[in-house]
Amino acid sequence: MNDVSQSLSDYEQAARQQETRRNWLLCTPALVVLVLAASGPLLVMLFYSFLKSGNYGGVIYEFSLDGWFNVILVRDIFDDVLRFADAHLSVFWRSIKLSAMTTITCVIIGFPTAYFIATRPRRSRNFWLFLITIPFWTNLLIRTFAILELIRNNGVINNLLMDLWLIDEPIQIMYTDTAIMIGMTYVYLPLMILPLYASMEKLDFQLVEAAYDLYATRIRVLRRVIIPLIKPGIVAGSILVFIPSLGAFVTPRVLGGGKNLMLGNLIQLQFDQGQNWPLGAALSITLLAIVMVTLLVYVRYSQRSGGQDG
Amino acid sequence: MANLHAAPVNKGKLFSIYKLPGFTFIAVACFLMLYAPILILVGYSFNSGSSLALWEGLSLRWYFAAWENETVQGATLLSLVIALQAALYSTVLATMAALGTTRTRPFRGQTAIYTMINQPLMVPEIVTAVALLIVFATIKQATGYQGLGFLVIAHTAFCIPFAYLPIRARLEDMDTSLETAAADLYATPWRSFRRVTLPLLWPGILAGAMLAFVISLDDVVITEFVKSAGQDTLPTYMLGQLRRVITPEMNAIASALLAVSVLLVSLIFLINRKKT
Repeated sequence: MNDVSQSLSDYEQAARQQETRRNWLLCTPALVVLVLAASGPLLVMLFYSFLKSGNYGGVIYEFSLDGWFNVILVRDIFDDVLRFADAHLSVFWRSIKLSAMTTITCVIIGFPTAYFIATRPRRSRNFWLFLITIPFWTNLLIRTFAILELIRNNGVINNLLMDLWLIDEPIQIMYTDTAIMIGMTYVYLPLMILPLYASMEKLDFQLVEAAYDLYATRIRVLRRVIIPLIKPGIVAGSILVFIPSLGAFVTPRVLGGGKNLMLGNLIQLQFDQGQNWPLGAALSITLLAIVMVTLLVYVRYSQRSGGQDG
Repeated sequence: MANLHAAPVNKGKLFSIYKLPGFTFIAVACFLMLYAPILILVGYSFNSGSSLALWEGLSLRWYFAAWENETVQGATLLSLVIALQAALYSTVLATMAALGTTRTRPFRGQTAIYTMINQPLMVPEIVTAVALLIVFATIKQATGYQGLGFLVIAHTAFCIPFAYLPIRARLEDMDTSLETAAADLYATPWRSFRRVTLPLLWPGILAGAMLAFVISLDDVVITEFVKSAGQDTLPTYMLGQLRRVITPEMNAIASALLAVSVLLVSLIFLINRKKT
């Protein structure tokens, strides 16, 4: 008897091994392409951030920490003193500030909208969701272009206000931080609404009803019942908006012009006019690190709160 | 049954537990905000005047102008060539990967495979773009090859997760009983794949391919960094033009591109809905 069970488990183990091999073989072609054009280049970039910058772009294959130094420090050309690179720090600060403000604005607009969709009759919910999904899948550049046409000095909004004699000269919105924030809010809003909706769809309205039965006001129900229950959705939506905002490139480039740079534009500059590849690589890795830490904190958070729920 | 506890508040209106002050107003404003800019953009593409500010009447003038613009023709063609190839390759690769990662016992390295496939979704596009620029520029210099290959492989890579998701979702809804039945009837693995798995999986593959096509067609950032001289796609051409004087021709191009995306996304929506 022992022999039989022994050979059975041998057989099963062989079958398992064969299955694992089959699975890996099926995945290999996709993995090869991803290594060649996604993860591999990231490693090369890490390597390049430790090299010396070439004079006209490119790198010289010598070890150097200059790229990383230059992320936050500059060496004064006159007296050789190290200073903080104010220009870079202000870009970091603007990126974080604008991303945070975009996220908050998206919550303020997205929360009521998701709630509205979640309280529609079941049949029409799909339609409203579809209306949110359409802008989500359409070209980000085109949506930025649409905002550009609205807020330009001779754009739709300014022309309308001037025709109504409300203002004498156009309001300058373009090429300001406000313009970038409006644009990012517009393009990333669906990323906030979709996870918020996913949370609200599961909201148990019997709890809301119980709160009203206990004479809670609407505001109190919102603050003490609905928002705490929707919190995972708020956090997920905030992450989904904050991360692409931080790495935004197209929107600040089109709406912010040459002066109001965000991290993405600062990085691009190192490969364009700046011609400092190691610095550009170091900045990119810094951005990636911030994103990864944010994601990690989020995963920790959702594991913890997931554990609490059940 | 919500009305069971509803107490009549003033004016005899029923108290609704679903209402919150100002929420409907913000929601309606939000939908208007989402669509007004796009509708205005499309509207001005039909303007017969050459200004983006003044409405001078309905015409298709700018669509003809864009149609006859040779740079736009070239960019459109290039966009389509790249998007078709990227969609084809990424869908084939994603289908294989989905077959290898679903309906199987957990196996060693599965998490690593998921991480790799989803990497393009997690890493900011500008970071991937710069990394690709560094690697491809070095290769371009070393080999002298400047062809479309770089753009095609870059697009294929970031399209893989988009193609993978609907295919995997479809596969997870299928059980293996039909394939087992086919095998019991002495079908070879290849035959049972072609005659059983593939027809069942087809809607997922189609949705994945269309999604990949849209994502590739719309890409700006990675294309902008990877392209060699003279390899402008429609979006990178637009990005360049937005810094110059903008004519309604841009609106016409944008509207056409928008129409393609909306059409394909609506189709995907329909395909996915039929399933349930």
